[in-house]
Amino acid sequence: MSIWEYANPVKFIRTTDRLLPWLSAGAVLCLVFGLVWGFFFTPDDFRQGSTVKIIYLHVPSALMAINAWLMMLVASLIWIVRRHHVSALAARAAAPIGATMTIIALATGAIWGQPMWGTWWAWDPRLTSFLILFLFYLGYMALWSAIDDDDTAADLTSILCLVGSVFALLSRYAVNFWNQGLHQGASLSLDKEENVADVFWYPLLVCIGGFVLLFIALVFLRTQTEIRARRSRALLARERAV
Amino acid sequence: MIALLLRDLRLSVRAGGGFGLGLAFFLIVTVLVPFGVGPETGLLSKIAPGVLWIGALLACLLSLDRIFALDWEDGSLDLLATAPLPMEGIVSIKALAHWITTGLPLVLAAPVLGVLLSLPEGGYLWVVISLALGTPALSVIGTFGAALTVGLKRGGLLMSLLVLPLYVPTLIFGAEVARRGADGLAVETPLLMLAGISFGAMAILPFASAAVLRINLR
Amino acid sequence: MPDLGKYADAVLSSYAVSLGLIIALVAVSILRARRVRAELRDIEERLKK
Repeated sequence: MSIWEYANPVKFIRTTDRLLPWLSAGAVLCLVFGLVWGFFFTPDDFRQGSTVKIIYLHVPSALMAINAWLMMLVASLIWIVRRHHVSALAARAAAPIGATMTIIALATGAIWGQPMWGTWWAWDPRLTSFLILFLFYLGYMALWSAIDDDDTAADLTSILCLVGSVFALLSRYAVNFWNQGLHQGASLSLDKEENVADVFWYPLLVCIGGFVLLFIALVFLRTQTEIRARRSRALLARERAV
Repeated sequence: MIALLLRDLRLSVRAGGGFGLGLAFFLIVTVLVPFGVGPETGLLSKIAPGVLWIGALLACLLSLDRIFALDWEDGSLDLLATAPLPMEGIVSIKALAHWITTGLPLVLAAPVLGVLLSLPEGGYLWVVISLALGTPALSVIGTFGAALTVGLKRGGLLMSLLVLPLYVPTLIFGAEVARRGADGLAVETPLLMLAGISFGAMAILPFASAAVLRINLR
Repeated sequence: MPDLGKYADAVLSSYAVSLGLIIALVAVSILRARRVRAELRDIEERLKK
């Protein structure tokens, strides 16, 4: 029993079909529970007032925006090294989710920044690098949809993902160097010096869990879709060839 | 390799204006900026280094699709691929040819255009140095983008979308060197970072471009 | 409904935007999944005959 068994599309679809209801139920449950808890039953922050409630959307989506890219990077590496089609398709399936998460993080950040910093947008390192990340997602998705041949598209996008990761990281540091920010530092680091208070922390944790489950469920679903779409294309092509 | 380089250079000089096009574009962008932001000297001299960098970057971008497009169309790229030269070498030579025909003229033209934007006295040297260090990176990264989109019918717009985010670190450090130089501040840190990015890109990206090109020629 | 004070607009609009985007993403994924699944089934049925 090894993880590579799931590189078989049939096995992947069968397993994920079994898991999907649980994952989606978990995601919905966590999100509803976490957001309701956060929205209705947490106090206002003494400095930020009720805007602190935005954190339950802002932080998880920002986390997932980065993790989605990491997942795509790993999937691309697996595709390059072991050439499992499911892996390439999973990377493709994850990109729109990551892009959506990036938009959510940027939008909630802007809405939060308006009352707190008095501006919708500042060329702050974190904000800027998220914008750059969004551009990378756009380019990645555009490249996927521009190429007809599936294998070529998978190869090219996975190399783009590798190169893009290096440059995204470089941009992160370049941007840090280029401007000092308004944004606070990490609020969830494990050494609990300046973390958020516990009242906000627990519902936030639930929300993060919800976003993670949602992401996994969506990736599974969209990967299944890609596998099926690919099979349809292959069958049609074979039919025409006969 | 040298034969290939000479051939590329000859082609780009002869093949209808590809050579001067980037330069003309650079000139037009720099001329248009004062129309956009107003002729005030103080403002212009403040933004001059950044404008020169953006102009150079866009001029570079404009000429990228010429790197492989012609060779792809007439099939000589397939011939090159079967030649004894390693693909990495071909890609590097292509990038070098692109730099000589586009990047180098831009570097040389930048101080002249700096006059138009009333670039501060101390800025000329640093604009030239930062562009000289940075444009090779732009060419190498651009070659990667061109290799990615080589087989596509309407790849130009897609290539811009792919290449521009990759240009971000180079632009940031390059423009920072030029800006600090113009303001008379210390430039060592961004200069070193720019050099690092440039040489790093030159060392590593040809492998990625070659891999991509091999996939596209399959 | 908790009292959101003067920041009610900001909080509510950010929830609306985020939930709207998430729901749109989920809806698009599910609809496409259904369509592709049906398409594949049709093709497989046809080929079996």
